[in-house]
Amino acid sequence: MVPTSYYLVLSAVLFGLGVIAFVFKRNILTIFMSIELMLNAVNLAFVAFSRALGQLQGQVFVFFVIVVAAAEAAVGLAIVILIHRNRGTLNVENVNSLKD
Amino acid sequence: MITPQIGVFLVLAAVAVAGAVSLILQRHPIHSALSLIVVMVALAILYLLQGAEFIAAVQIIVYAGAIMVLFIFVIMLLNAGEEERTNLSRLARFVGVPLGGVFLVEVAYWIGRATIHLEPAPPQAVSTRDLSSLLFREYVFPFELTSFLILIALLGALVLARREESN
Repeated sequence: MVPTSYYLVLSAVLFGLGVIAFVFKRNILTIFMSIELMLNAVNLAFVAFSRALGQLQGQVFVFFVIVVAAAEAAVGLAIVILIHRNRGTLNVENVNSLKD
Repeated sequence: MITPQIGVFLVLAAVAVAGAVSLILQRHPIHSALSLIVVMVALAILYLLQGAEFIAAVQIIVYAGAIMVLFIFVIMLLNAGEEERTNLSRLARFVGVPLGGVFLVEVAYWIGRATIHLEPAPPQAVSTRDLSSLLFREYVFPFELTSFLILIALLGALVLARREESN
């Protein structure tokens, strides 16, 4: 059997890579994708713990995380489309004032 | 000793980490989106390896098949181009990125050390019946709330992205 700590270390590594991508990338779409990467890493940790503790609540929570990620992606991408329509750029460094 | 299961896990973990690193290093967002799809498929097979069949199927169908397709639609709709040449400041390049790497390695090390004693359950696949009986009995209230959440997100996305009508 694969020890649980292997899955958790992989989850931590993926989460750290998501944080690095969130901080250092300038395209708003790539930043959104790094948020999805972090959510996936957390899902892996949930499933690993659900397996280690023999309970199913972890997998129920993964279900809810996936649903919330879908809703968040829909609204977030609508906001991205609005920003592109109003500011003409997808670079977060150029969207640095509330008013034009 | 490397059992076949640990071997499969190592291959999938390498694919997932390679996809995540590729997400960071690629310049065009469409390549980052495809790398993220690779990560999600690798994670779905890892869920299968742990016996979570329903979650693996939901991951492929909903996450990789709907959410990432939505991302790719938006990337194509907005005609997102490559990122410009990096102008990371000296501080970011020589202090920030190494510190990010240090954070990653430290968190992974301590999580590995703290959970080394956890024993995984004996191998058995979780039946969708047990998962759904838990979802629809004890957690029926959050389940109904997520339906409201999806409705609100749908209305919000519709209102936000609507074109202004000139009357």
